[in-house]
Amino acid sequence: MNILFFAALREQLGCTHCDIDLPLPASLATVRAALIQYFPQQAEQLAQGRALAAINQTLINDEDTLINSNDEVAFFPPVTGG
Amino acid sequence: MSAENASNSQHSIAVQQADFDVAHEYAELRNDNRSDGAVVFFTGLVREMNQGSQVSGLTLEHYPGMTEKALQQIVADACSRWPVNRVRLIHRVGTLAISDQIVFVGVSSSHREAAFDACYYIMDYLKNRAPFWKKEVTSDGERWVEALDKDKQALDKWQ
Repeated sequence: MNILFFAALREQLGCTHCDIDLPLPASLATVRAALIQYFPQQAEQLAQGRALAAINQTLINDEDTLINSNDEVAFFPPVTGG
Repeated sequence: MSAENASNSQHSIAVQQADFDVAHEYAELRNDNRSDGAVVFFTGLVREMNQGSQVSGLTLEHYPGMTEKALQQIVADACSRWPVNRVRLIHRVGTLAISDQIVFVGVSSSHREAAFDACYYIMDYLKNRAPFWKKEVTSDGERWVEALDKDKQALDKWQ
């Protein structure tokens, strides 16, 4: 699964995206946990409540939401536009 | 980067590097518009003091695709809530200097209450839901702007 990163989180992780192998479909919580395992130094920044998640370019609050192989997944910090 | 317009011909939504002309946007809200008695617009500017530091400029990052989609959803939500006829929304990305324009939200409606409320609603939701991130250049170096609780709490008034 390909996961995109933006802004401060992208800089902290040192990459714009990463590939993670997971049995799919997987819940958002499972994907977040896998990311934290992959980037243990950034566990705090990736935690629920710190990093927002979008699936197919829509913000997702429910951590039980299932992610399938064709879904576009992104993690990023709270937004600061306007 | 090219401007992308929303599908609804009455509304225009753009994410762009280029500056915008408020007089042009206002004219677009007024031209050939016999039904609306009110236009309300807001512009957001880069200011030199933020979160306790002197700012000399900023860079705005966004999530291409999702940003446009989020803005369209916010405008659609505002239009389902108030009798709004035209909405023009522009948000800039890239490098900006002090006093530069960041965002424009313009709304036309038959009456002022709907125009005021819809404009305010769109800005409040944009600040919480649209994927833009500001990185400021300050006297202490570069830093990402922190999201503020007050912006989150601003949504309470629309519940």
